[in-house]
Amino acid sequence: MKKIFSIGLALLLVNWCLGQDKGNLLIKNGTVLTVTKGTLTETDVLVKDGKIAQIGKNIAAPQGVRVIDATGLFVMPGIIDAHSHIAIDGINEATSPVTAEVFEGDVVNPLQIGIYHALGGGVTAVHAMHGSANAIGGQCETLKLRYGTFDGDAMKMEGAPRTIKFALGENPTRVHGGGSGIVPRTRMGVEFVIRQSFSNAKKYMEDWDAYNKNKLVKGFRGAPPAYNLRLETLAEILKGNIIIHCHSYRADEIFMLLNVCKDFGIKRVVFQHVNEGFKVAPELAAYGAMASVFSDWWAYKFEVYYSTAYNAAILTRNGVVTSINSDDAEMMRHLYHEAGKTQKYGNLSDDEALALITINPAKQLGIDARTGSLEAGKDADIAIFKNHPLSIYGVPQFTVVDGIVRFDRAADPADMRLMVDPKQNLDDVTFHDKNVDHCMEGTEFLFSDLFQADKK
Amino acid sequence: MKNFQLVAGFFTALFCAVVFHLEAQNAKGKYGTFALTNATIETITNGTVSNGTVLISNGKILAVGANIAIPQGAEVIDCKGLTVYPGMIDSGTNLGLSEIGSDPRTQDFNEVGDLVPQMKALTAVNPNAVAIPVTRISGITTALSSPRGDMFPGTAALINLHGYTPEQMFAGFEGVVLNFPNTGRRGFFDRRTDEELKKATETALKKLNEVWERAVQYHKVDSATQGKNAGYYPEMQALLPVVRGQRALLVEVNTSKDILAALKWIKEKKIAKPVLTGVAEGWRVADQIAKSKIPVIAGSVLEIPTRDYDRYDQAYANPGLLKKAGIKVAIRSEETNNQNFRNLPYHAGFAVAYGMDRREALRAITIVPAEIFGVADKLGSIEVGKSATLFVCDGDPFETKTQIKQVFIDGWQIPMSSRQTQLYDEFLKRDPGVSKK
Repeated sequence: MKKIFSIGLALLLVNWCLGQDKGNLLIKNGTVLTVTKGTLTETDVLVKDGKIAQIGKNIAAPQGVRVIDATGLFVMPGIIDAHSHIAIDGINEATSPVTAEVFEGDVVNPLQIGIYHALGGGVTAVHAMHGSANAIGGQCETLKLRYGTFDGDAMKMEGAPRTIKFALGENPTRVHGGGSGIVPRTRMGVEFVIRQSFSNAKKYMEDWDAYNKNKLVKGFRGAPPAYNLRLETLAEILKGNIIIHCHSYRADEIFMLLNVCKDFGIKRVVFQHVNEGFKVAPELAAYGAMASVFSDWWAYKFEVYYSTAYNAAILTRNGVVTSINSDDAEMMRHLYHEAGKTQKYGNLSDDEALALITINPAKQLGIDARTGSLEAGKDADIAIFKNHPLSIYGVPQFTVVDGIVRFDRAADPADMRLMVDPKQNLDDVTFHDKNVDHCMEGTEFLFSDLFQADKK
Repeated sequence: MKNFQLVAGFFTALFCAVVFHLEAQNAKGKYGTFALTNATIETITNGTVSNGTVLISNGKILAVGANIAIPQGAEVIDCKGLTVYPGMIDSGTNLGLSEIGSDPRTQDFNEVGDLVPQMKALTAVNPNAVAIPVTRISGITTALSSPRGDMFPGTAALINLHGYTPEQMFAGFEGVVLNFPNTGRRGFFDRRTDEELKKATETALKKLNEVWERAVQYHKVDSATQGKNAGYYPEMQALLPVVRGQRALLVEVNTSKDILAALKWIKEKKIAKPVLTGVAEGWRVADQIAKSKIPVIAGSVLEIPTRDYDRYDQAYANPGLLKKAGIKVAIRSEETNNQNFRNLPYHAGFAVAYGMDRREALRAITIVPAEIFGVADKLGSIEVGKSATLFVCDGDPFETKTQIKQVFIDGWQIPMSSRQTQLYDEFLKRDPGVSKK
């Protein structure tokens, strides 16, 4: 019995170590794209205990530390995807227009091969989001791509602020109004659902505040208000402790949520997709709201018909903190290329384009003090490229998370699965269908016409 | 003095009227004689000319090279520092057949029925689709617009991306599309069991063979009766030119197992002009494809591997590996749902980043598809006598930094605007801003 216990303890320890590993590393003689402090040629980056210890010339390698010769290579901050659905086993709790109580952090799956694929594209952190079926969806989780751990909790970026998914427009109205015949069926209904939820949360907060105050009074005999996780979560948004990340497309609905936020005193809001963000860029900038966009996706549904690939450039020029995200397991692997498109569509500078996939998404997730640029003291989340990352010929060679090399193009074997199903049919081929909106994963049953998995 | 003010006022008003009038309508294409001078010319088929001239007249390339005399009245476009390329050809689109991905009322590429080869893409190509200018100002001048759906979803057409009727756009190639029976799953939502999948494929193959048997019979009856007494079978009539080897069969096939089955089927049925399209797992059976000498249209390139144990960059490497095996390879974008065919050069660029020779990748989106479609006498390279279908850019067209400066299609100078550039012009500095003055 004792033996089993110690084996179990040892396993736990090994597992914990795999996840929490902090590495030491010296990256020699690369072109260092710090993003925030310019480009440094023939420069070294020293990593100690998972943090960037020093950036400079001719740093001597401490004994026993792995050295990567980056001569002729480009060293940039690890790419951050502010909108992803990888590494989680559930995306939409599509059972109510409001599901603030559910949490992606409860369903982290560290075994998905997609995590390794993303590392192969230089990505080191992702915002694993709830889907867009509900006006107020579930809470999301910021993950570091510590591929190799078997412990979902070890993937979570410790200390990252809480975030929650909201969704406006066609998706929530289609699922609830269209699918179940309940509010919201229109953009009017979406606004109402959100305002009603915040009003209820405000009342809930006030009831608890009153109770907490009264219970200190001698002789008070009242009962506490009923605990409600949904309202509890919404109250945390009102208190400024959870950042809203809102799936949205059209200018009017974006403006609507800005007004709702203003009325309820909510300051931290990031709009996701936000294809028509460019139309209300001055309003977004004035409010301090941020935008996380696609480089060029459009035309896949009506609310993105009047899009422009110049969206990121217009938002940037108007002073909106903007990022480029993927929302897609394939696009996630070349966010550097997606950022490069802003040079075709709007002439952004190299640093402006790189900021869209590094420091800006870090700001949107509230993790910019630790990631998003190469600076001493920050986490050693680093991508090393052959050729400039904004060039079509840029190819990630190494991806480093917390100082640990998690992707090594030359050394890694082809098969990088962590878990192999012995019953797997090796001939089984699954195509990645770009015609499916991953934000709507988990709601297929409502739209059999959109998901034609026929059984004939 | 007063007169002067009046006259000045009149001319100001006239000027404004002209300017606003021009702004109020979309720019038109321009036909004429053009001389693109001082240009680097990537001919594709005859090397690179530096500091040369491309002369365009009557819709055709009149001259190419250094020391070209410029005819009187030609519009001279100085291309110093710029490069001329033949227009890019995307062999994987539904351009003109789809406007909005989620709205069935705007989708004309998927007719009802699994045997409808008589459905002609060219009939339903909307010359005014918003995606057409969006695509062509990126240098993609020509596109294969394909029906999709079940086994025989229709007949695809090659179109040039300028013109006001489908006829004006037609670029001289039509091919019948066959979705070869497929053993792959279509995505995470495809939850058929292995058994169900196997059964579906077997049923489909049986059906395909039955259809083909009928088509061959139809051909025999039609030939024997000189086309008079075979009866009205439009789907058979559409297959007739394929049976007779006069028209290409575009065989969409992706898993290695299915590719081998398709090669066998094509050989058995003696298909004269087969083209394999998609071919995601072609690298697995590249030698067999090479041996068949059947050309391939590969893509989309920007994909995740088809199997979870495959190398992460396998899809990016696929076109290069096919080429290395000796296969004739064109690259397509297949970005149908987002109408992002403008990304074609980036699909080719990724193939280069992951192993394909750069020249070969460039050929794979110009001369190779032109050859596959039998239109290499008109398209795919900068050569005298070919259609003036080309673009001018300020760098490597695979790079996202590169700007496309000019596009010509059939000798028409294309206005460099689309709804997406118009929105940029309007909203970069929106007026009014936050307050309405």
